[in-house]
Amino acid sequence: MSLVIASDLTKIYRAGDIEVPAIKGADFVIEPASFVAFVGPSGSGKSTLLNMIGCLDHPSSGTLTVLDTDIAKLDRRAAAEFRGKYIGFIFQDFNLVPVLTAYENIEYPLRMVQQWPAAKRREQVMRLLTAVGMEAQADKRPDQMSGGQKQRVAVARALVSNARMVLADEPTANLDHDTAYRIIELMRRMRDEFGTTFIFSTHDPKIMAEAEVTFTLEDGRVLSRNNQQEVAHA
Amino acid sequence: MLDVLQIAGRNLSRYRRRTLLTLLLIVIGMVAVLLFIAVTGSFKAMMVGQITDSVLGHLEVHRKGYVASIDTLPLNLNMQPGAVARVGEALEQIDAVETWSPRVKFGAMFSNFTETTSIRVNGVDPGREAATVPLLPGRMIEGARDGALVGKGEIVIPVLLARGMKVAVGDTVVVVATNRDGSVNGKTFVIRSITEGISGPGGRDGYIHIDDARDLLRMKEAEVSEIAIRLSDPAQLERVTGVLRQALAGGSNPEAKPVLEVHTWAELSPFASLAKMIDLMTVFIKVVLVSIVLVSVMNVMVMAVYERIREIGTIAAIGTPPSRILSLFLGEGLLLGVIGTALGTAVSLAVIYALNVWPVHFAFGQQQDLVLAPEIGALQVAGIALMVVGVALLASLQPAWKAARLDPIDALRHV
Ligand SMILES: Nc1ncnc2c1ncn2[C@@H]1O[C@H](COP(=O)(O)OP(=O)(O)OP(=O)(O)O)[C@@H](O)[C@H]1O
Ligand SMILES: [Mg+2]
Repeated sequence: MSLVIASDLTKIYRAGDIEVPAIKGADFVIEPASFVAFVGPSGSGKSTLLNMIGCLDHPSSGTLTVLDTDIAKLDRRAAAEFRGKYIGFIFQDFNLVPVLTAYENIEYPLRMVQQWPAAKRREQVMRLLTAVGMEAQADKRPDQMSGGQKQRVAVARALVSNARMVLADEPTANLDHDTAYRIIELMRRMRDEFGTTFIFSTHDPKIMAEAEVTFTLEDGRVLSRNNQQEVAHA
Repeated sequence: MLDVLQIAGRNLSRYRRRTLLTLLLIVIGMVAVLLFIAVTGSFKAMMVGQITDSVLGHLEVHRKGYVASIDTLPLNLNMQPGAVARVGEALEQIDAVETWSPRVKFGAMFSNFTETTSIRVNGVDPGREAATVPLLPGRMIEGARDGALVGKGEIVIPVLLARGMKVAVGDTVVVVATNRDGSVNGKTFVIRSITEGISGPGGRDGYIHIDDARDLLRMKEAEVSEIAIRLSDPAQLERVTGVLRQALAGGSNPEAKPVLEVHTWAELSPFASLAKMIDLMTVFIKVVLVSIVLVSVMNVMVMAVYERIREIGTIAAIGTPPSRILSLFLGEGLLLGVIGTALGTAVSLAVIYALNVWPVHFAFGQQQDLVLAPEIGALQVAGIALMVVGVALLASLQPAWKAARLDPIDALRHV
C-alpha cells in the first residue's frame, strides 16, 4: 500500500476576487520508506504541496490520501491529532522552542502532544539524541547551538514519536553547503535506521541529487518523476 | 499541567524585564488596596468604637420627635417614668443587651462668675453611664480619672469650655437652666474633671449627676431624655434594633403613652456617612486594582502571543492540540497573577506589620495623637488575592484564545 496517493490534486488560493492556482492537477504516488525530493523553481508550488501532504492545508479539488486517510475529510482537531501521530516536520528555520534545551525540544512531542510515561520518554529521547549525534549538547538551548546542531535536534524531534513520514520544506536552505549535505546524510541514515519516509523540497541541485526519487514541479504541475536508483542501475 | 506551567514559567523569565514590570504593577496595586483597607478599616473601627463606647452607646431610645429636634434638647419631649420602665422591661428580655443608662439632657448657661457661656449638659447615673460608655472615664485629661464618673454637686466639662472660660479642676461654677415651664434656676458645681473633646454629637457635652439635673430643672417626676444602650456584641446591632422596635411598638397604646423611637449609633452620628464614604472608596480602589491587573496582564499576554506567532505555528504543526496551546498561555497569565499576588500579599503584610511596630500618630478633628493600628483579616486578603489571580486569568483568556485559534501555515509564514 502506498503512503501518499495524489490524484488530480489542485490547490487554488483565493485572495478576494483573485484566484491563484498553486497546484494544477497533480498525480503522484509515494511509497513507504522512500527518500523523496520535490524540486522546482521558486513559486512552483513545493511548499503548497508539502503543506497538503502534511495535513496542514486542504486541497481545493482532487484527492489526497495519506496513510489510507482522505485528508480533505480531517477537521482542525483531527488533522492536529493525525499530524501528531504520523507526521514529523523539519523547518527551514529550525523552529525549535527557544526556552527548551535540546533534550526538552526532542521530548516536547512526547510530553505535550502524545503524553508518554516519563521512563519510556527518557529512553526514546536518549536514543534519538544519540542517533543524531547530539548527546553531548543535550542541555544546550537553541541560542547556544549552531544551525547544523539545531537542525539535528529538529530531525530528532521529527522522529521521536515514531512518525511514519517526515516532511521537510527546504531543510537546508539556511545551512552552508557542507552542513546541508551532512543533514541530508543524517536524514537518509535515519530513513535506513527507522524506516521512516522522508519528503523534502529543495532547489539546490547538489542536495536534490541525494534523493532517491525526485519530483520536478513547474508552475503547479508535476512534470516528471525521476527514480535515480533506476537511472543509476540503467 | 506541571509541564504547561514549567514552560510558562520559562517564557516569563525569558522576558525578564517585562515580567518584572508587570509583577511590580500588580504588587503596587495589591499593596495599595490592602493597605487602604487595613488603614481605613482600623480608622473606622477606632472612630466607631469611640463614638459608641464613649458617647452614644450602640443604640438609643427617645420619645418620638426628640431626635428630630435634638439640637434644642427639648425638655417637653422627655420620657415619663412609665415609658422608661417599659423600655427597661423590654431591654430585660434581650440577651444581647449588656447594660443601659438613662440621661437627662438640657441646654444651660455656664458661668465662672465673671463670664457666661452656653453648655449642653448630660445628667447621668455615674455607674450606669460608665458601664454603658466605658471609654468615657478614660477621656478625662485633667482631674480625677477613677472613682465615680461624677458625684453630686460636681460637674465634668469639656476642655474647650475650660480653656475658653479659664476655669480649672476644683473651681466652683454656676449652671443656670430654664425648665419646661419657663422658670429659671441655678446651681453651683465644683469642676471634678475635664474631658478631651471628640468629634461628633455629644463630644463636647458636660456631665452632672442625674439627681442634680432633675433638681436643677425642678422635675416632679423622674423624667429621662434618652436611654443609651450597650450591647455585649456590636454585631447583633441590626437584630437587637429590630427586636426592640418591635417590643416598644407592640405594647404601645398611642392614646395613653408617648410613642418611643429607637435609633442606632449610625443613625445618630454624622460619622456613619463618612464610614459609608470609606466603604465606597474601597470599592473604587478595588476597581482600580482590577483595571491595573487586567490591562497590564493583557498587555503582556498580547505581546507574548504576537512575538511567538511562529513558535505557536511550529507547535501547532507538530500536533499540539489547540486546547494545550490555550492552556500554555493561560498558564503564563495564571503564573503572573499568582506570583504577583504572593509578592503583593507579602509586601502588604510586611508594611502593615511595620505600621504596628512603628505606629503612626495622627489628629482627627479635636482629637490629637490618635494611634493607627492597621489590621486586616485573612478573609479580606484571600478575597483580594483570589480576585487578582482571577482577573489575571481573565486577562490572558483573549490572547490565549487567539493563540489557540492560529492557523499553523499562516503562523509559520509570519515574520
Ligand atoms: N497563502 C497564499 N495566498 C495566495 N497565493 C499563495 C499563497 N501561498 C502561496 N501562494 C502562491 O502559490 C504559488 C506557489 O507557492 P509556493 O510557496 O508553494 O511555492 P514554492 O515552490 O514553495 O516557492 P519557494 O521555492 O519560493 O518556497 C506561488 O505563486 C505563490 O505566490
Ligand atoms: Mg516554499
